[in-house]
Amino acid sequence: MEKLYEILREINDEIDYETCTDLIDGHQLESLAILALIADLEDEFDITIPATEIIPENFNSASAMYSMITRLQEDE
Amino acid sequence: MILELFAEIIQDSAVKLTSFFSFEYLVIFLPVVIILYALSPGKAKKYILLLFSYVFYVIVNGGLTLFLLFSTVCVFAFSKLLESIKSKRAEALKSCEKDKKKEIKAEYQKRMRSVLVFAIIIHIGILVVLKYSGFFAYNINSILSLCKIEFSFIIPDFALPLGISFFSLQAVSYLTDVYRGTEKADSNFFRVALFLGFFPQIIEGPICRYSQTAQQLWDVKQIEFENLTKGLQRVLYGMMKKVVIADRLNPFIQSVFSDHKEYGGIMVIAAAVFYSVQLYMDFSGAMDAVCGIGQIFGVVMPENFKRPFFSKSISEFWTRWHISLGTWFKDYIFYPVSMSKRMKTVTSAARKKIGSYYGPLVAGSIALFCVWLNNGLWHGSAWSYIFFGMYHFALILLGNITAPLSKKVLHKLRISSENKVYLLFRIARTCGLVVIGELFFRADGLKKGLSMFFSIFTDFRLPEMTDGFLGDFRLSFFDLGIVFVVLAVILVISILNEKGYIIRDLLQEKNVVVRWTAIIAMIVVIIVFGAYGDGYVPVDPIYANF
Repeated sequence: MEKLYEILREINDEIDYETCTDLIDGHQLESLAILALIADLEDEFDITIPATEIIPENFNSASAMYSMITRLQEDE
Repeated sequence: MILELFAEIIQDSAVKLTSFFSFEYLVIFLPVVIILYALSPGKAKKYILLLFSYVFYVIVNGGLTLFLLFSTVCVFAFSKLLESIKSKRAEALKSCEKDKKKEIKAEYQKRMRSVLVFAIIIHIGILVVLKYSGFFAYNINSILSLCKIEFSFIIPDFALPLGISFFSLQAVSYLTDVYRGTEKADSNFFRVALFLGFFPQIIEGPICRYSQTAQQLWDVKQIEFENLTKGLQRVLYGMMKKVVIADRLNPFIQSVFSDHKEYGGIMVIAAAVFYSVQLYMDFSGAMDAVCGIGQIFGVVMPENFKRPFFSKSISEFWTRWHISLGTWFKDYIFYPVSMSKRMKTVTSAARKKIGSYYGPLVAGSIALFCVWLNNGLWHGSAWSYIFFGMYHFALILLGNITAPLSKKVLHKLRISSENKVYLLFRIARTCGLVVIGELFFRADGLKKGLSMFFSIFTDFRLPEMTDGFLGDFRLSFFDLGIVFVVLAVILVISILNEKGYIIRDLLQEKNVVVRWTAIIAMIVVIIVFGAYGDGYVPVDPIYANF
């Protein structure tokens, strides 16, 4: 989880990722930031994130992202 | 003679039926459906909705209904085929050795992809042939003529089935979702048919996902009083937007857009602003009707607007305007393109060279270009629509490129991004850019759009009026007053909505006197201030033409 926070802060350090739950719905992370984030997550956690996983439910909060990462790691 | 007259009446009624707020739709068709729906036994209700969806479509479209039927059969058949390949894959994976799993997965994936591509080609192919073949043929002929080649294609002019641009996208999204595994193929043909053909949504959308409406439409129950009143309130609210504002502004907009040279630059600005208001009132009013009618049957339709004129940037505007189209392009074009293997490689390489922010911009921009080219073309087969798409692509791209610089400038000037004056500036800037886009969108061709746009700078004058101020446009101070008062009411409601208050829910908590006063007030406004009679021609639902 710490590694995830680190990646997120590198993308935008003005957001409090521990409390924010509307990163997508609240337009805090735009599509370009998501592309950068996905590239980082794939490299760091050795997973492939398909386009189908890019839904607000998976990216609205750090914990949702972490759940998605764990699930994809188990699938691989 | 009598038969001809009868046919003419039917034809006329059929055309009017495409408007939610016509007498034919609101006073005849909808009440008949509601009454028969209410009287039918529980299990038959969904079939009543399906039956009347097709009755509606046949009345409006006649023989062209075959396209909707064909699309439904294709969607059903191909989704089942995809599901059967998936089942075979699961069986093959169960019995295979571990090291062969990857190979088997890839093999079945290839088969599924072929089925999906074929199904999409059928749907998009029909749409392209019917909607764009004339445009392509005309432009190819122009090129041939320029090259002095004495050959020309016949320019086809096909009749377009109502809502084909909407139900084709719904069909493609469902098939793609089945392919991706986010949706299971439905084994009930009638449920698929109702999902694609539900009568309120087929005219102007929203472009629903299978998960949003299919099961809801199939599980419909007896009409509840609260749903009925809330649904009718929403329909009335939409009607107020349409007949009081959109229709009233129409004579002015039509006059200026048909002969802008006579009126000069100031009137062009006014017409572009009024057209943006008209389009919003017309389209969001229609969506209010769709959601309201859905609510009467207990179905929650997805919202297509979220107060777009409060947006702080063009990219935010498109997450609040025609939401279902925007999310469709995002889910089925933007991310699949930008997340493809090749683009991921481009992103990784670019990030190493130009950094974390600008790196993804390369793949993102290519995907964005695909989205906006398709968005422009989706609206119509004309260069002005392609220009409309490219205009928004350029604005969003520019916004992305300059974002870090804007941030630095704000930091240096010590202006917080939450500063209210700055926020108002951003909202006003976005509205201005949207209005310019809508000018090209409405203009009769790209050449005329450019001419209108430049006349703002080269012909900035007030026109000479022969019939009093704005009298030439049949838009009096009284008309303007009504428009501004009703717009002010809508603005207040929108601000409250933006703050999280749902007016209809608040009204529901009030006593019966307050509730009915609000409803009666809306009816009075519609009857007294609606644009009817001599000089007013109701605007055809603008998005039904797309």
